[in-house]
Amino acid sequence: MITHPRTEELAESVRLWIDEIRPTLDPRNAFLARVAANAMATIYRELTQGPAAEARAVEGMREVLGSDGDFAALNAELCERIRSGELGVETPGLLPMLAAMARDQIAIDQPSYRPEGTPPPAA
Amino acid sequence: MTVDVRAALETLAARLGGEGAKLTEAQRLSGGASMETWAFAFDGAGGAERLILRRRSVPFDPETARSVSLQTEARLIQATGANGARVPTVRHICDDQDGLGEAYVMVRVDGETLGRKITSDPRFDAVRPALARQCGEALWGIHKTPPPADMNLKVVDGTIELDRYEEVYRATGAQRPILELAFQYLRKHVPAPVEPTLLHGDFRNGNIMFDPQAGVAAVLDWELAHVGDPAEDMGWICTNSWRFGRPDRPVGGFGDYADLLEGYRAAGGRAIELSRVRFWQMLGSLRWGVMCLTMYLSWRDGMVKSVERPMIGRRVSETEADLVVLLEEGL
Repeated sequence: MITHPRTEELAESVRLWIDEIRPTLDPRNAFLARVAANAMATIYRELTQGPAAEARAVEGMREVLGSDGDFAALNAELCERIRSGELGVETPGLLPMLAAMARDQIAIDQPSYRPEGTPPPAA
Repeated sequence: MTVDVRAALETLAARLGGEGAKLTEAQRLSGGASMETWAFAFDGAGGAERLILRRRSVPFDPETARSVSLQTEARLIQATGANGARVPTVRHICDDQDGLGEAYVMVRVDGETLGRKITSDPRFDAVRPALARQCGEALWGIHKTPPPADMNLKVVDGTIELDRYEEVYRATGAQRPILELAFQYLRKHVPAPVEPTLLHGDFRNGNIMFDPQAGVAAVLDWELAHVGDPAEDMGWICTNSWRFGRPDRPVGGFGDYADLLEGYRAAGGRAIELSRVRFWQMLGSLRWGVMCLTMYLSWRDGMVKSVERPMIGRRVSETEADLVVLLEEGL
C-alpha cells in the first residue's frame, strides 16, 4: 500500500470535510452528515486498530478452541460450538476472551460508548 | 400517495375548533421511517389548542408488523389514561374525512424526551433522584389495566421472545459468538411464567416525557404494546443502550433498581424479583443487538438507503460489550 497518502488519511480528510460543511445543511442532512462523518471515523479506526484487534481475536480463539484457522473459520467454529451447547459461560477462558474481543470491537465501532459496568464519570 | 399534511391540518383545525378556527402552527417533528409526528396549534371557538398529530406515512401491514395500528395505540392510551396512567390525552382519532390516513391527535404535553438530557442536563438534577420510583408507579398505572379483549394484542413470554429473535438472528446469517452465548444462557434462565399483563412494550428513556419539576409527565410511543411479563417493561428501561452514558445508574441512566421496584409495589403492583428484571434487561440488550443487525440488512438489501442504517449495524458491538459483562455477572 502506498503511503502518500495512506488509506486512513483519505478517510480522515473526508471526515474533516464533512464536518466543515455540516453547519450549512438543513437539519435532516446535518444529522445524516454527522452519521457519515462518524462512519469515516470508524473506517479510520478499523484501518489503524483493526489488524491488531483481529490478531488478538485469532490468538484468543485458537487458545480456547484448541483449533487453528483464520478469523472467519475460528469465529464460525466458536459460534457453532456455543450454539451446540459444548461451550458455555463455565468454559475456562471463554468469557475473558469474549470480553477482550468486545472491548476491541467497541473501541473501533463506538469508542465513546460506556458499557455496562463502567464506573460513573469523574465529577 | 403523498398527503399534504399542512393542508389536511387546516381542515382538521376547522373540524376540531369549529368553523373559522385558524391553524397557527404546523411543524414536523422527528420521524421514523414509517411514522410522522407533527406539532400543530389552532385558535378556535373554544380557545387555543396545542396538539400533536401522529400519523403513519407508509401503509400498515398487520400481518408482518410488530406494532399495533395507530387506532389501537390511541385506544390503549385512552383505556390506560381512564384508569389513571400517566399518558397524553387523546383529542381525536382520525377517520377518512380527515384525509390523513392512519393517524390520531393528542394534547401536547410539555417537557423533555431526549434521553441524554434526562441523564445529564442540570435542569433535571433536582428531580432525577425521584424518577426511577416514578417510573415504577407509571408502569403499574399501565399494567393494572386489563388488556382490552377486542384488540388481539400479541402475548409473549421469555421463550417466545427468544425464539423470535433467534429466528431473526439466524436469518441474518451473522456469526456473533457473544449473541450466541446470550441466547444459550438466557434459554437456561427463562423465569417461571407469571400472569400476563398489558405492557407498554417500548418503555425506555427516550419514550417518556419528563418535566424538570414534576418528573414523569406522560408515557409516549405505544406502538409496541402487547401482553406479557410485567418485568419485561422494567428490563427494557434498564437496558444499557438506553442509559445514555450513565451505566452506573441502571434505570434509564437516572436511577436504581430498588426504587423502580419499590415504586411499582407501593403503587399497588406485585413484588417483582430483581433477577426477573435482569433477565429481561439482558434479553433487551440481545434484542437491540439483533434489531441493529436487521437495520443494517434493510440497507444491504436495498429497502432503506440512508447512511444511518449501516452505521446502526455497528451498534451491535455495544450490545455485545454489555452482554459479556452481564454474562460474567450472571443473573
